[in-house]
Amino acid sequence: MIRLSFRLLSSAVMLFMPAILFAADAIQGEVTQQPVNVTAITMFLIFVTGTLGITYWAAKRTKSTKDFYAAGGSITGFQNGLAIAGDYMSAASFLGISGLVFASGFDGLIYSIGFLVGWPIILFLLAERLRNLGKYTFADAVSYRLKPLPIRSLSACGTLTVVLLYLIAQLVGAGKLIQILFGLEYHFAVVIVGILMILYVTFGGMLATTWVQIIKAILLLCGATFMAIAVMYQMEFSFETLFVRAVEVHKSGINIMSPGGLVSDPVSAISLGLALMFGTAGLPHILMRFFTVPDAQEARKSVIYATGFIGYFYILTFIIGFGAIVLLVNNPEFLDPVTGGILGGNNMAAIHLSNAVGGEIFLGFISAVAFATILAVVSGLTLSGASAISHDLYASVLRHGEVLEGEEIRVSRIATIVLGIAAIFLGIVFEEQNVAYMVGLAFAIAASVNFPVLFLSMFWQKLTTRGAFYGGGIGLLSAVSCMILGPTIWVDILGNAEAIFPYKHPALFSMSAAFITIYIISKLDNSASAREEALAFEDQYVRSQTGLGSEGSVQH
Amino acid sequence: MQHLYRRIYADPEFHELELKRGRFSWLLASILLITYFSFILIIAFAPELFAIPIIEGQIITWGIPVALFVILLSFLLTGIYVFRANTEFDRLVKDIVEHAENATDD
Repeated sequence: MIRLSFRLLSSAVMLFMPAILFAADAIQGEVTQQPVNVTAITMFLIFVTGTLGITYWAAKRTKSTKDFYAAGGSITGFQNGLAIAGDYMSAASFLGISGLVFASGFDGLIYSIGFLVGWPIILFLLAERLRNLGKYTFADAVSYRLKPLPIRSLSACGTLTVVLLYLIAQLVGAGKLIQILFGLEYHFAVVIVGILMILYVTFGGMLATTWVQIIKAILLLCGATFMAIAVMYQMEFSFETLFVRAVEVHKSGINIMSPGGLVSDPVSAISLGLALMFGTAGLPHILMRFFTVPDAQEARKSVIYATGFIGYFYILTFIIGFGAIVLLVNNPEFLDPVTGGILGGNNMAAIHLSNAVGGEIFLGFISAVAFATILAVVSGLTLSGASAISHDLYASVLRHGEVLEGEEIRVSRIATIVLGIAAIFLGIVFEEQNVAYMVGLAFAIAASVNFPVLFLSMFWQKLTTRGAFYGGGIGLLSAVSCMILGPTIWVDILGNAEAIFPYKHPALFSMSAAFITIYIISKLDNSASAREEALAFEDQYVRSQTGLGSEGSVQH
Repeated sequence: MQHLYRRIYADPEFHELELKRGRFSWLLASILLITYFSFILIIAFAPELFAIPIIEGQIITWGIPVALFVILLSFLLTGIYVFRANTEFDRLVKDIVEHAENATDD
């Protein structure tokens, strides 16, 4: 009984984090290395060979900076939609959300929905403006009329913090996951992921990164569809049967059919909602994808495909989670003989289910796809971090835009390698650390630094460089300090008795701080440059709304 | 390029389009925001509403179709926006730009 309530408690703690970090979280602490899984490794090797082939093909086509950062603007809306969906369907979101449904039923849906609803908002308010104003990074759009030096420095800070936090969380999660799935050693796994991502990005740039993501997205969608159909087949395609049988065996019984009170405090609920929704709209590796399509029309289309695939995927994970309850809970093959819980923790639910419905071969397939997923996501992150260094910091800030194409590409390749090595190193350093809060923090920072600055630069004429710089800075500082002083780090990790900042999700407060500071400082800014920036808004506005003069459009 | 921007900015049709497009975007965004935050607030304050079975004696609760509805609504609103933007709005933008460009030749 004590053990049971402890498990409930720890899953409740997990629930307050965005789902992407669940994989990292669930595989915290004790991980027993499994025997080497030959089927899974073979399938993964096939994937690696195929994607390296694509990288070779992409490398031959990657000549200009536009090729490197934006795949030459040659990606169609449909392909980009799949790639965006792929960025979203990380291993952690696949394993995490199905594990969450497995653990507490309905509550899993709350997270899925939080992640999904960010998309329409991005489309209605940001996507085409961003596409029309920017070139390779979102900082291009913000510095259209604001001073490039402070704005790009701030954006690069925001981007690099988000990317590094996200990378560490993904790599630590990957290392532990691979220990369980493949029976490989942790360090070995982290180094393999690190080296492959460096290869993809350095040689193949955005083109290779996008295709790796597309292939993985297709594999994952097919695998998850097969699992969901296999589950429904066993339930004779009746949801009533699925739910009745799940309720019969689940320890929480009928409660899995309704919200479990895990999001009970309204401030946390709203703060989490804001972080999920607007964090998405500020994630640099996602925003960057809007520059890979030829025009605003295709940018819009990519959002509708992405929303469709992501929504469909979340419905599948819901069925998979419930299927796992029915098929795994009383099946001794998948249970830990000591704890009575599922082997490897709740986030392994989808993996065990693949074994239960499709046998060894399908288990190998799903494990390989989970590994491929991590690879694809970290590659996108690394590319976006490298562009912040080479395009924003080096080419624009340091060299004031006076830089040859070849040189900029060389710098971004070096940046990729340095970032990759740093990520491997940090992944190893953080092996024994709790990294679960990192993705939560990354979302909060994206929502409090990148999003307010980007949003106001497009919608508010009176935004000035000074306002954006200090407001974004305050957003960054307040997100980081609220997180450190909050229950997740101050109490759970540092072991203090009481949190100084009472809420787990800082977004509500750090976003407000950023917006208010930007507003006040911009209002107080009477400098001549502030007036020029306000005047330049008209040109920016026309360009953002018509696409006239935008990157890749027909030149007039 | 800048003189074109100026000319378009001075064109009342451009502002009319922006008014229409802006209203439409914000309308769709508010539908979604209101739905989503109502969903979250029900979960925070009145989770028992979502625990009521749709058909007495059966197991499926209101929470599940409502959640599916939010997912579907996101997709539908996206679709509605993309359809109108890719047809009507893009045509209007094209007209306005062409109008401004032709004026240059005069």
